[in-house]
Amino acid sequence: MIAKRIIPCLDVRDGRVVKGRKFKDILDVEDPAVLAKRYALEGADELVFYDITASSERRAISLSFVEEVARELDIPFSVGGGVRSVEDFRTILRKGADKVSVNSAAVHDPELIREASRRFGNQCVVLSIDAKKENGGYVVYTEGGRNATALDAVEWAKEGVRLGAGEIVINSIDADGMKEGYDIDLLRRLKKAVNVPIIASGGAGAIEHFVEAAKVADADGMLAASVFHFGEIPIEALKKVLSENDIPIRLKVK
Amino acid sequence: MIVILDYDVGNLASVLQSFKKAGMDAVVSKDPGTIQAADALILPGVGAFAPAMDALRASGLIPYLKEHVDKKKPLLGICLGMQLLFESSDEHGLHEGLGLLPGKITHFDISLNIPHMGWNGLKFDNESHPLLKYIEEGDYVYFVHSYYAVEADDTLVASAEYEVNVPAIVAKNNVYGMQFHPEKSGPVGSRILKAFKELIP
Repeated sequence: MIAKRIIPCLDVRDGRVVKGRKFKDILDVEDPAVLAKRYALEGADELVFYDITASSERRAISLSFVEEVARELDIPFSVGGGVRSVEDFRTILRKGADKVSVNSAAVHDPELIREASRRFGNQCVVLSIDAKKENGGYVVYTEGGRNATALDAVEWAKEGVRLGAGEIVINSIDADGMKEGYDIDLLRRLKKAVNVPIIASGGAGAIEHFVEAAKVADADGMLAASVFHFGEIPIEALKKVLSENDIPIRLKVK
Repeated sequence: MIVILDYDVGNLASVLQSFKKAGMDAVVSKDPGTIQAADALILPGVGAFAPAMDALRASGLIPYLKEHVDKKKPLLGICLGMQLLFESSDEHGLHEGLGLLPGKITHFDISLNIPHMGWNGLKFDNESHPLLKYIEEGDYVYFVHSYYAVEADDTLVASAEYEVNVPAIVAKNNVYGMQFHPEKSGPVGSRILKAFKELIP
């Protein structure tokens, strides 16, 4: 049986990890490859890097971290942030990333999903969706949660999968940063609607939140940033609890 | 020296690094002389069967690969590289493979998600096989594929359960295949490569 995945997410700006305050004993704490290896040793099953470099010129330089991570890391990883074209997919995959995630650009141009999956395979096309609860449903937001769209999140996920997305990362805008748990209702709706892996994002604050997402909502992976960055939840302890709850999990990580 | 065959199939940095980490002297090369001198050959691969097979043919390296196998030196195919070792594949039409292993490649006809993607546990079919020396049954390795080998029972070393039995490690004499990505499978992947290293004379 496929194991549920624990996925730390790292923000990268100008080629350096931001918010990476946890590993004080490492001199160069902001090196993406160093942090990535550390997370792999702790038991991460996969890593996600979001490049938040503002300008596209600087992003091109910033992305050189991808090659170093590909060389050093022995688990899969995806790269997102500012992906706008098939050429962006090509660049990132050539540098050695396993998957590329796309968010706002796919809303503005859904054909991007079709084109990228046709060229590179749907296994490397991740559709990331920012969703906010409104009137009993979920509305898709773009540009980091700034702009509301007319799209329903579940319908957009279905359309994304139809176009070729091989995985959905669903970020709950309401739950994000609250540390009160993933949006289980949203996850369940998505699990019912599509047959690709659903990765929960936004809201993790305690170990039981991961158990809930995996067990109650049957999420295929759980993504989190701050609880891992600041050492609030050690991955090893988290995976032990998940396993004790009969959730298939990869325990042997050393 | 281990030679990873370079026939223009994408980024081989992590594959190269994984063999180095497992203690092997490895290079990525398409040079016939380097390939002829290899102690072991690695056939990587991602993407679809036919374009990869075409790229391999176009590289002109197939005769060297076969010569290598005839000399009883180890050849290891990884992911799509393993699939190319079989007789044929029905991915987008019927295509001939290298025919170094008996069996064929076919699409998953299952109710679970396709591709079979993620960490899945290994079930041992041939427990005493030296490639399994440093790992245990149930250890997880990383898979990404939509097609899998069938009629390969005679060469099964280990499999994964995904509604159907998915051949994960196959071996026939000096020809080996791994459907998963050992270079993306953490320390378990590294241990499998360490066991592979010990099969090299």
